[in-house]
Amino acid sequence: MLRDLTRALAQLGEIAILTVRAFLALVKPPYELGLWVRQMEALGVRSLVVALISMLFTGMVLALQSAYALPELGVKYYVGTLVSKSLTRELAPVLTALIVGGRIGSGMTAELGTMKVTEQIDALRSMAFDPVKKLVAPRLAATLIMLPLLVILGNVVGIIGGLLVTVYQLNVAMGVYLNDVMGELTYGDVLSGLGKTVFFAYFIAIIACYNGLNARGGADGVGRATTNTVVGASISILISDYFLTKLFFIFES
Amino acid sequence: MSSLFEIKELTKSYGERLILDRLSFEIERGECLVILGRSGSGKSVTLRQLNGLERPDSGSVLFDGVDITDLEEKDLYGVRRRVAMLFQSGALFDSMSVLDNIAYPVREHTDLDEHEVVEIVEQKLRLVDLEGVLDRMPADLSGGMRKRVALARSLALDPEVVLFDEPTTGLDPTTSATIARLIKSTQLELGVTCVVVTHDLSLARTTATKLAFLDSGRFRFWGTWSEADASDDTLLQDFLHGREHHDGNE
Repeated sequence: MLRDLTRALAQLGEIAILTVRAFLALVKPPYELGLWVRQMEALGVRSLVVALISMLFTGMVLALQSAYALPELGVKYYVGTLVSKSLTRELAPVLTALIVGGRIGSGMTAELGTMKVTEQIDALRSMAFDPVKKLVAPRLAATLIMLPLLVILGNVVGIIGGLLVTVYQLNVAMGVYLNDVMGELTYGDVLSGLGKTVFFAYFIAIIACYNGLNARGGADGVGRATTNTVVGASISILISDYFLTKLFFIFES
Repeated sequence: MSSLFEIKELTKSYGERLILDRLSFEIERGECLVILGRSGSGKSVTLRQLNGLERPDSGSVLFDGVDITDLEEKDLYGVRRRVAMLFQSGALFDSMSVLDNIAYPVREHTDLDEHEVVEIVEQKLRLVDLEGVLDRMPADLSGGMRKRVALARSLALDPEVVLFDEPTTGLDPTTSATIARLIKSTQLELGVTCVVVTHDLSLARTTATKLAFLDSGRFRFWGTWSEADASDDTLLQDFLHGREHHDGNE
């Protein structure tokens, strides 16, 4: 028990050190923009479809649920508010982070972990390169940039999903829904969601890279590291979500 | 002239296990030192101290008169550009072609234009008897070819020293002989100091100008091949003749 606790604390310390080194590598020239762009393509562009499909159906189901759960209140005329606020503040950031994070986080850990166990990371070091600069920093930058962009697009697509259900299933005029969205949705809603997303992106990238760089013991070790990333990133996202939400409430009020 | 490497009282443990036990030795410029030893005897750990990939618990490593033991990672870069390493698995970047693998250190560490970079890559590939593989991916190469490409990559920046970690492990005897010849020519024709860690005896016969036998974290033998053959150390003799060793400690 005590040993587990010590190991967990040691890991937190190592993640903190990796964080500092990664951010220093990000801000210090030379900037590896080519590597950033390649990662942004790998992480962001290839996650686009899965992120958008998830948000489209989340928006649709939100509209459906709210109208059916509270039919007597005439809620269907306020579905726009409900869908847009719950999406932007909570569901788009958290679900996108969980879905996309699982995808890109496990990919990052598997890639870096394989490089670790096949000595490619040592090879980088032996050729006088810093693996944090070459491997961690571009992945961190790409996640920090791409995840909020995916959430922004997810917000839009989710609201469109809500619109489809409201118009075609609940038979509410499109104008009513859109007016509702435009009238009620605030910058605060969107920004607080995006603010949280930045933290989620950091958790995904740093946990994934840390687990990858510390993988050992062949394919088995890489598999374990990948699982640890998905579990660690998901738990960090869900726990931090609560505290970040409280924090953003304080800022907004 | 002073030695290129001076290693003093090197000690390293993993947890409770003592791997290197106050190891002291010197490596002369231009020689080919082959470190033999049984699996788990600490050969690779010793090698990885020489370019700072691993650090000792105590003791020191001097390279060209400079103590590199406590250097920060970024201060080791200067050393690592002079001391290249060939890894057991080759450690080619599998997301890059052969050209990009060998060109990688050249592109990143020099200001040469692309034409000159490709010329260097082709020249290094000729050194390891490979041609026409520039666009191939590491996954499409045989084990021996991968090892040769990796050797070409380690020679890319014209290092003074190349560290070879089990260079023939997993290769057939014919391919192993090719690798042994290439190591020999790296030492003789390019004047590169070679340090080879292996348990491949025919590789050691071909390449070693000096032989070391590591056992339980200490050098049990240090000398030339003829001295090794004349040695009456039973453990060394059993190792050199591929015999089982019975000393009650197995």
